[in-house]
Formats: sequence, structure tokens, C-alpha cells
Amino acid sequence: MTINSYLFWIIIGSGLVTWLPRIIPFLFVKNIQLPKVILKWLTFVPVCILSALVFTNLFEQGDSRAVTFNLPYVFAFIPTVLIAVWTKSLFLTVALGVVSMAVIRFIF
Amino acid sequence: MQQEAVSYQSKNAFIQGVKDCIPTLLGYLSIGFAFGVVGTVTGLSLLEVALVAIFIYAGAAQFILCALLVTNTPALSIVFTVFVVNLRHFLMSLSIAPYVTRYSTLRNIGFGTLLTDETFGVAVTEAMKSKKIYGRWLDGLNVTAYVSWIIACVAGGYFGHWITDVEKWGLDFALVAMFIALLVLQLSETNKSKLNMYLKLIIIMFITVYILLNFFSTHITVLIATLFVATLGVWMDK
Repeated sequence: MTINSYLFWIIIGSGLVTWLPRIIPFLFVKNIQLPKVILKWLTFVPVCILSALVFTNLFEQGDSRAVTFNLPYVFAFIPTVLIAVWTKSLFLTVALGVVSMAVIRFIF
Repeated sequence: MQQEAVSYQSKNAFIQGVKDCIPTLLGYLSIGFAFGVVGTVTGLSLLEVALVAIFIYAGAAQFILCALLVTNTPALSIVFTVFVVNLRHFLMSLSIAPYVTRYSTLRNIGFGTLLTDETFGVAVTEAMKSKKIYGRWLDGLNVTAYVSWIIACVAGGYFGHWITDVEKWGLDFALVAMFIALLVLQLSETNKSKLNMYLKLIIIMFITVYILLNFFSTHITVLIATLFVATLGVWMDK
């Protein structure tokens, strides 16, 4: 069990800059009544952020940022969406999604 | 997540939160484990792997930290990169916070401290379904996720020498599959009249992401694309 003090401060610093954006909205929203338009805007954030997270994973950035499809992910994406729509189950989607990915990696 | 409605009386709510976390555990455990392996390969000690999991508690950022350590990146650049990578949590916290304003400041800090992509996804789906988030429920969800993450990271660091090929088993896809499921669950809770608009926004999101990736890193892309498409949503929903 060792710890490098240089690394320790990097971890603490990284922890701090991760923590602040996580907690500030909770403190802020608690004390200030947000305007209606912001509240409405926030209702769109979940779908937007989740789809952004999914879609960024379907692409790959090559050298000089040339954007191409990450084909194994695209192939796994299709059955995973179908499973999600069909089962509406988080667990089954994750489990079968992983299985589809494993099968795809096995084939290619 | 779609079990029968539960009457949330304190203790039950906590337990229900723990239960609602279980479907996400495959994602946490495999990614956390993978991080432990990568961390060890990078040269982190087991204690350092644990500290990273405890203090940073964010999948992508932890991997990037390792990648930057290997290339001897200056400390300030590492911290700044982690900041940018995790800035999306600000938007997630902002959309969860209005549901828990009735709880004390200290508890709110607690909710925020343990917010991740996954707990956000589960919590926001719950909020959409029951129009309410219970503090004890959120604690149950958060604490389960946090503890599992730390255990998985440390286990990966410990056993990492034996198992290296997480990709071969498709486990790297667990996280994406989870985002897909959470997205579909969100949409299935949306009423019919709005669904059409949401689907349009998602198509716009696809194009936006593609365009932005030509200019920005994936993390900046997620931020800008979300800001842009959510604003477009407000404008379309007149």
C-alpha cells in the first residue's frame, strides 16, 4: 500500500472539480426559485443528455478528428434498442446488450 | 424499475432505492473492474485505485486520468481535463435538484456528491414516473451505486493481473446499453402528444453530435449538443 504524494494531490484536485459541479446546482436551486422557462428547459435535458451519451459512443474520432461510425457499437445498438423497447427493463437491456456485443466481437 | 408502486415509508424507500440500483450494477461492476485493471497497469497502487474511486467516482474521468498519467501530463492539465469531462454532471444535478428542494442543505449536498450518469438516469426516470423523488429512496440508490463502484474498482486492481480483456466479453458496451435503456424508459413515460417532438429532437441530436464531433472532443460535444438541443426543444414546444 503506497501512495505517491504528487498523485495524491492530482486525485484530490480532480475530486474537487468533479464534486463542485455536482453539488452547486443542488445548493443553488434550493435557495433560488428558477424561472419557468429554465424549468421547462430542464425537462428536455434528460432525453438530450442520454441521447448525446448514446450517439457519441456510436462514432469514433480518428486522427485529426475524422469522424467515422464505430461499427461494432452501431451493430450492437440496433438489437439493444429493440430489446429496450420490447422489455422496458433496464437489467435485461444491459445484459442482452452486452451479449450482443460479445457475439459481434466474436463474429468480427 | 417497473415494479408495483411502492408506498414510500422511510425505510421501505431506502430499500426500494437499493433495489432500483440493482439493474445498473452490471454496468458499474464491469466498468469499475475494468478501471481497476487499467489503473494497476498504469502503475497505481491498490490504495491509489481506491482513492481515485472514492474521490473522483466517475467512470470516464478515471480512465482519462490514467491515460494522462501515462503520458506525464502536467497536474493542472489533468485536473482541468477531469473538470471538463465531468461538467455534464452540472446539467444532471440541475435537472434533479428541483425535485428535492424540500430536504435540508446538508442532504442536498449528499444527493449531489453521489450523482453519476447512472444514478441520474434512474432518478430522472423515477421522477418522470411518480413526479416525485424521495430522499431516502435517492440515498438508497446512491449509496448502493457508490459502494459497488469502489468495490469493483478495488477488485479490478486486485485481480487485474489475471483478467485483461474486458472488451472481448462485450462488457465495455454495458454502459452504452444502460444509456439506451434509460433513454427508452424516459420516452415510454412521455405522453403521446410529446413523443413525436422528442423523437424529432433525438434525430436532431444525432446530426448535432455528428457535426460537433468533427470539431470537439466527445465530452465537450455532449455538453454543447445538450445545451443546443434542449433549447431547441423549448422553442419547438410553444
